[in-house]
Amino acid sequence: METSLISRPEALSTDEVLLEVNSASFRYSARGPWLFKGLSLTVSAGEILSILGPNARGKTTLLKCLAGLLKPVAGQVSAHADIGYVPQDHGSGAAFLVRDMVLMGRTRMLRPFQVPRAEDREAATAAMLRVGVEDWADREYSQLSGGQRQLVLIARAVASGSRILILDEPASALDLRNQAKILAVLGQLAEDGFAVVMTTHHPDHALHISRNALLFVGSHDTRWGPVEEMLSASALSEVYGLPICLPRVLTDSGSRHVAVPDFGQGCRVNRITPVTIETSKENL
Amino acid sequence: MSVVEHEPTVAPTPSLRKKLLVQSHPILLCVVVLLVAAVASMAVGRYWVPPNEILRIVFHRILELLPLVDEGLIRQTWTPQEATVVLDVRLPRVLLAFIVGGALSLGGACLQALFQNPLVSPDIVGVTAGASFGGVLVLVLGLSGAAMVGGAFGFGLLALTVVLLLGRLGNGEKTLMIVLGGIVVASFFNALVSFMTYIADPYSELPSIVHWLLGSLASAGYDKVLIALIPVGIGALIVLGMRWRLNVLSLGDDDATALGVNPHRSRMLLLAAVALMTAGTVAVAGAVGWVGLVVPHLARLWVGTDHRVLLPISLLLGGSYLILIDTLSRSLSSSEIPLGILTAMIGAPVFVVLLAQKKKKAWLNGN
Repeated sequence: METSLISRPEALSTDEVLLEVNSASFRYSARGPWLFKGLSLTVSAGEILSILGPNARGKTTLLKCLAGLLKPVAGQVSAHADIGYVPQDHGSGAAFLVRDMVLMGRTRMLRPFQVPRAEDREAATAAMLRVGVEDWADREYSQLSGGQRQLVLIARAVASGSRILILDEPASALDLRNQAKILAVLGQLAEDGFAVVMTTHHPDHALHISRNALLFVGSHDTRWGPVEEMLSASALSEVYGLPICLPRVLTDSGSRHVAVPDFGQGCRVNRITPVTIETSKENL
Repeated sequence: MSVVEHEPTVAPTPSLRKKLLVQSHPILLCVVVLLVAAVASMAVGRYWVPPNEILRIVFHRILELLPLVDEGLIRQTWTPQEATVVLDVRLPRVLLAFIVGGALSLGGACLQALFQNPLVSPDIVGVTAGASFGGVLVLVLGLSGAAMVGGAFGFGLLALTVVLLLGRLGNGEKTLMIVLGGIVVASFFNALVSFMTYIADPYSELPSIVHWLLGSLASAGYDKVLIALIPVGIGALIVLGMRWRLNVLSLGDDDATALGVNPHRSRMLLLAAVALMTAGTVAVAGAVGWVGLVVPHLARLWVGTDHRVLLPISLLLGGSYLILIDTLSRSLSSSEIPLGILTAMIGAPVFVVLLAQKKKKAWLNGN
């Protein structure tokens, strides 16, 4: 595959490893099923790692292990920078102003009895500008759309001075435009030297911005590697348990793969793709 | 951060200054309300004292207490009776009402954030019931004074400890277990209180028990002010000190942990602080309900959920509220109406109005 044709942040010259996992295993109870076993991976500065797998397969659990919220039963997770964890938006904190929400990212720099200082407010403002949420600073979090909230939560993690961002399905439940917006922001952060780990249900998102991918296959089998090798049509079909094909579509700068699941009509677009896409482009 | 590319182009100072002004404004307003309520309360009663004389008496007394300042600065224009009424009777009562009301309201605001639930108040963690039982036990045993405080404290803290231990039973849902445990423990101690009233001597002990259980500030004196001030002061300093942490804790455990706050440890500390405050109020004033539920709710509707503002507002409003209620309780009829009855009779309908008017600002999910 011509990786150069796919718009993806290029690797930084200094491939500084920020997050390391050494044969980590996890299960919730001693007799419970392993969610992952002997998992090893690294995430470098400037890299985006996408984690894909079926629902309830342990993606969020793995994220929590990476973020240090859970401890693996065996093996180690070692982070070489502060971690900003961005949970799925569950509506808490609705009544706070956006600027206060972002300011909460600074809490780890404060002693228990301390309130945010001027420097914390400056860092929060910088994070809001960087992620592009400064216009909503004085609005209530509850008044924002899902995509806007997600950006605010990203800004909160950035404000904490973390260089590792761990995001739980940042682009789920968003419309296409907001998905593109979130991916663009994450891509920009990676280019700036952040290490980004995210779970996603969209193989297209993974193909679009990540360098590496981690797949949850089967009962406790995980596969980690470059996204082009990992996200083959057969691997995706295995992960989700239905036929998926990966046609190539033409873009302005070349081409990219898209994942097309078979929802019942069959899945044989391989042969006709380029023409079809160009036609539909004109129709638009 | 080494990777920051965009420096803030908007200087934060002007908007910040404006925000500080807006933020401090409600607090100033509450201080004014508190002072007006305090002076009004000291003026009203069977024996009317003009407000200007109240101010002169109080400032004269303050100057007397300060060394090196000539108290002759304020000319004595009041009668000795007025001075006695203000300084020995009404001032300690106003101070005590402020301490009790402020503590209950501050405790309620803190618990509502910890449990992410606007319907939680100090009664719900079982402390009030435990402390009530301790007080009743002391009354039945014929003791008073320091024993009363000790009993209310001891059993208040015992109730909280049991609740927290129950909270460990559940797998995962600790917050829910603490709330359920609080209900269970409160029922248990309320049953014990009922038992004590059942076996108490109906002529010598029962009246004082019932009167105490309903809540009253009638026996206020500077000794009680001091007794309440110590636990309430310590608890309030802890809660107010952690006003920013409460913001983070109110997002839930996952968010708090991700933001670098240990939710369990912080919650234990804050719960202990609230228990200390509640036990202190029960020891001097009996069980006064509804203040910790209604006042923080009202404050939240007014200033929002930022606890840097909400907590001081709750403290000041709660204090003013109880000063007013206590003034009503001693001036509505010839004999005093117990506080607990009035706070419930006023609090319940007010709360219904609040619920009906609840705008999107109130709490979670904007509902």
